[in-house]
This record gives sequence, C-alpha cells and structure tokens, in this order.
Amino acid sequence: MAKPAVLTHPESLKRPAGPSDYAKDPVNASMSKAEKIALYTKMARIRHFEQRCIRIYQQGKIGGFLHLYVGQEAVAAGTISLLGKHDHIITGYRDHGHGLMVGMGMNECMAELTGRVTGCSQGKGGSMHYFAPDKNYWGGHGIVGGQAPLGTGLAYAVKYMGLKGSCLAYMGDGAVNQGAVHEAYNLAALWDLPMIFVIENNGYSMGTSQERSTAHPGCLAKRAEGYDMAWDVINGHDVYEVRAKTALALKRAHEESKPTVLEIFTYRYFGHSMADPDKTYRDKEEIKEYREKKDPVLAFEQELLREKVLTPELSQEINDAAMAEADKAAVFADESPDPTVADITKHIYWEEDNRGPDTTSRGTIIFE
Amino acid sequence: MAVISYREALRAAMREELKRDDKVVIMGEEVAQFNGAYKVTEGLLKEFGPKRVVDTPISEAGFIGLGIGASMLGIRPVMELMFWSFSYVAFDQIVNNAGNIRYMSGGLINCPIVIRGPANGGTNVGATHSHTPEAILASHPGIKVVCPATPYDAKGLLKAAIRDNDPVYVMENTILYNDKGEVPDEDYIVPLGVADVKREGIDLTIVAHGRAVITSLKAAEILEQEHGVSVEVVDLRSIRPLDEETILASVRKTHRALLVEENKPFCGVDAQVAYLIQSKAFDELDAPIHRVSSIDAPQIYCKRMEDQQLPDVNRVVREALKVLA
Repeated sequence: MAKPAVLTHPESLKRPAGPSDYAKDPVNASMSKAEKIALYTKMARIRHFEQRCIRIYQQGKIGGFLHLYVGQEAVAAGTISLLGKHDHIITGYRDHGHGLMVGMGMNECMAELTGRVTGCSQGKGGSMHYFAPDKNYWGGHGIVGGQAPLGTGLAYAVKYMGLKGSCLAYMGDGAVNQGAVHEAYNLAALWDLPMIFVIENNGYSMGTSQERSTAHPGCLAKRAEGYDMAWDVINGHDVYEVRAKTALALKRAHEESKPTVLEIFTYRYFGHSMADPDKTYRDKEEIKEYREKKDPVLAFEQELLREKVLTPELSQEINDAAMAEADKAAVFADESPDPTVADITKHIYWEEDNRGPDTTSRGTIIFE
Repeated sequence: MAVISYREALRAAMREELKRDDKVVIMGEEVAQFNGAYKVTEGLLKEFGPKRVVDTPISEAGFIGLGIGASMLGIRPVMELMFWSFSYVAFDQIVNNAGNIRYMSGGLINCPIVIRGPANGGTNVGATHSHTPEAILASHPGIKVVCPATPYDAKGLLKAAIRDNDPVYVMENTILYNDKGEVPDEDYIVPLGVADVKREGIDLTIVAHGRAVITSLKAAEILEQEHGVSVEVVDLRSIRPLDEETILASVRKTHRALLVEENKPFCGVDAQVAYLIQSKAFDELDAPIHRVSSIDAPQIYCKRMEDQQLPDVNRVVREALKVLA
C-alpha cells in the first residue's frame, strides 16, 4: 500500500465540514434564497446523475471510460455559478459536472454516454467529450493538460474582441506536470490574458499520489509564482469558499486582464475511472473520512439548513426530483437510436457539412 | 499581372486577408519584429501593428494550442511554424484538438485556423529540420493539407486556406521562396482540392506536389527534347482534399503514370495516389505505376548526398523512361 498523499490543505479543510467561514463573504451573502436553493439543486443533480451513471455502466450500457465527478461537485458548482456572458470554460475528461452546471440537460448528457444520436455530441464524443459552445462550454478533452492551451486561446479571443470576460481552464492535479500546461501558464502571464487555471486537486493522478508524481507536492498552485501569476488554494468541499475565492480571480481577469492559478482541494469517491478497481493506492478509511465528514453536497445542505434556506422536506424534494430526472434520462438514453453508418462521415469538416458554390473546398476529402 | 516571388506571394495573401477581415491574426516565432525567420511576414508588423501581427515565445504546443482555442471563438489565426518539423512538439494540439473537435462535438464547433511554414529537405540542415509531414497530417480526417509549388498557387491557396472554416495546414518550401512567377493583381483564390495540369502531354502522366512539381517540369522538358516523349505534369496542389478526377483524367489520356514526391516512400502521398489509380483506372494502364521519392533514410546532412537523397531531374527522367519502356 502506497503512502497517502501529503497535502498542504487550507486550514478549513483540516477539520470536518461545519459552518462555512465564507457565508458572509459578499459574493455569498448577496445571494437570494432562490439562488442558494438553485445552487444546491445543481449540486444534487450532479451527484444523482453520476450515481445513476454507475448503474448504467455496470449494466454494460456505457462503453469506454467513465470518470465520475462524485465528491468534486462544489468545484464546478462554485466556480461556474459566478460566470457571466463572456466567461468561458474548458476542462479535461472528468467533464459531466461542468456540463450540467452550464445548463446541459441530463437527457443529452446521458444519451452521449450510451452513444446515442440524441447525445450532446450525437454519440461521437462520449463521456470525455461533452461540448456546449452555446453555453460557453468548450469541452470535455481527453488528453491530460491538452485543454490548457485551448483555454488560453479562448481567453486571448475574449481579450482580442475587447470583451470583459475570461476563460476558466480546469485540470486535474496530474496535469500540472504536462508541458502544455506550463506553456499555457507562460502565455497567459506574458500576454496578460483573462485566464483562470483551476487545478481540481483530488490527490491522485490516476493511481499515483502527488508525492510519487510531483516535485514539491505540497502546493501545486505555487508553481504560478514562476510565471509571476497570482494563485490561491481553496477548500473544495465548501462551495461558499470556492465562490468567494474564485470571485477574486474573476475580478482580476475582468478588471486587470490578469491570470490566476487556483488549486481547489477536492476528493473523488470512486476510482480514476470505472475501469479502476481503486484497491491499490488508497485505503477505504480515507474515502470514508471524506464521505462522512467533508462531503460537499451534504456540507452545503447543512449550511442551508442552518441558514433556514432549506428545510429537510425541501431538500428531500430536491433530491427526489434529481433522482427521478436521472432515471428518466437513463430511459431516454436507453430508448434513443444509435447514429447511422452514414453519420460516421458527418461533422468532420465544416466546409463539407456546408458545401456550396462559395465554399473554399472541392475534390475528394473523405476516402474509401 | 505582376511577377513576384513565392515569398512575396505568401506575404501578399496575408496582407490582403489582414485587410479584408479584422479577425485574421498572424502569429508565430519571429514573425513580427524580426520580420520572419524567412522574411515571409516582412513589413506586416509595421503595416498592421502588434495586435494583428504577434511574436510568440518558442512554445509551439502553447501558441498553436492558443491559436486553435481562439479559432473556436471565431478568430482566424494564421500561425507560422518556423519549420513544419517543429510541429511535432505540438502534435497533440494540431491533430487531437484542431483535427477532432468538430467531430467530437457533433459539428457544434469548427476551427478556422491556418498553420503555415516550410516543410522540405534540401537545405543542408539535417534530419530534425527536414521533415515533410504532409502525408502524416493528411492521414487524419478533420485536417486539410496543401503544398503550393508556384507563387500563383502559394497566394491563391493561402487566401483560400484563411477563408476556409476548417484547419488548413499549408506546407511551403524554403528552396522555392525566391522563385518568381506571374500573380494577378486582382483578388483570387485557388480552391482547396483542385489540382492543376502544369504541362500538357500525351505519353506519360507525372503526378507531383510541392517542389517535386518543379523537378518534374524540368524532367519533362528533357524527356521531350532528348527522348521525344510528351509528358503531362499534374500538380496536386492540395493533398487533402484531393482532386481525384484530374489525376484520373490525365491517366485515362496517357495510360502511364509516374508519381514524384519529396516525401519518404513508406506511406507517402503517392502510395494513396497509386492506390487511387489502380482502383479507378486499372484498365487504362499500359504499364505499372512507378514512384520517385526521397531515399528512405532520415535526412542526411552532407549536402552532396542530400541532393541525391531527394528526387532529382535525372532520377525522374530515368524512372519515366522505365514506365515508357
């Protein structure tokens, strides 16, 4: 058994979840009751969607890889809940939570997992490749760290067009050792781009703990100093803290056009993917500790109960509805048709899908 | 009609497109202040300013990825690679991201990006700087690849590439940069996927792209002068999309085909062209198809030997005579 990772957690992460230190932060205090309930509802929806996915995967209906977001909900929920019209996001392959947060429907998300033509990418992307550009969500990327330069390009485009916006590029803790991430850091800092790199630090790059993968594992965000970028560490189990600290980074992006690296400590309850039996690199006690004492969805529920925003009955209602929605999505995904053989060769080139007298392409582009 | 160099033709294409569309941005190592490692972008910074003509750090995976990301939001970056050989450190961005995003998003996203730069041997710089990745990249659905051989085509193809809504990779040749040719003064494009018969003939078809076209045209001249053979030279111009009809029409006319490219032979562009001819015009052939490619080894440094490693006029003439025998 490998030693568990040694992490430099923010103070609040070292104790079991309790009243948030950030409830009175202006960005949270200014939320209406309805907004708070909506945020909790979104977190619950991610939780129940992912748990429904496990059952479908176990039934053999989801192929390939399935990387679950259970345990990390407050990261996507907290950050994305702050975004405006010109703020964009892009992430790696653990991308379901972000999709649901930007407003993708459970049906299209579930149907993508089962490879149906009704899926968000018409069954061509799969679990790792969700996209919703109409909602400023640019994927869903399979290669660790490969999305970081793309995100930097989104931030570049926002700045080029003179818009007050930003891009949040999410990645796992394993991505910080990829060259592409460092190249993106350099460009974002060099060109003063409105960029927020969000390291979702769940402690393990697949099955390798930080101390076995990363030089100076205590604080990954600190690498930002090498690029003269601002950075912060966040307790990712407290959605209020995520919002409070992300809001500062967003302000820096919007008002100063400066990048930030945020390291958000979080935890995944399941293996790296469903293909990971999760038996070799961490012990059950560690998982139990997080589930019982620091769960981000439960913690926010408790917070809202204390604030008397939620009642146990309303919470039950919200969770029942999310479960029912996930059940319905599972049926939808099951009953939807597959793409056809003819669909295999669509959506490869814009110019082919829109070929006309004015398009710049002729000749054969798909070969027998 | 002005007579300008291949380099000037590329520059004119970029200048005109920068003027036409304010979403066009030139980006790359040394493209702005230094005026381009090969002076292709000379003067563009002065004319268009630092927002439109941007120097990048030596960071291909970073800046190419940035360009691809920006293109998803509608910017039209024209990225210069100092050498296409340097694309290999940005392969994930160039192939996985630019090439796959439209597909993986079910058609929701497209990447109107151009990546251009020289991709050629023959300059005495050794194996790492002499790659010709047109076949490697064109083998990925989602990507377009063009290889202009003349100033006219360089300008027309680059302008088409910039206006195209898919990733287009333009592979130039440093040895051709000073070649001169006639280029119209008025606006024009050469659509992607349209081959050009650079010389008409009736006895043999030579199919080539890039500088191999120039070599083939010289060989055709010798074949006519010294051997009385009439050779047709088809310049592919575009690798993907590929103008199959022009190739097949020429073969139907001459009944013999020689394929010439500066790539290495294994899985080269001409392997695909040979398959095309045998599958769609087999009955038209009076002789087996022959190929002339670079000698199959990493690019040799020694200039005298590198000149022999690449297809030269003598080798093309020799091989043509075999097809005609």
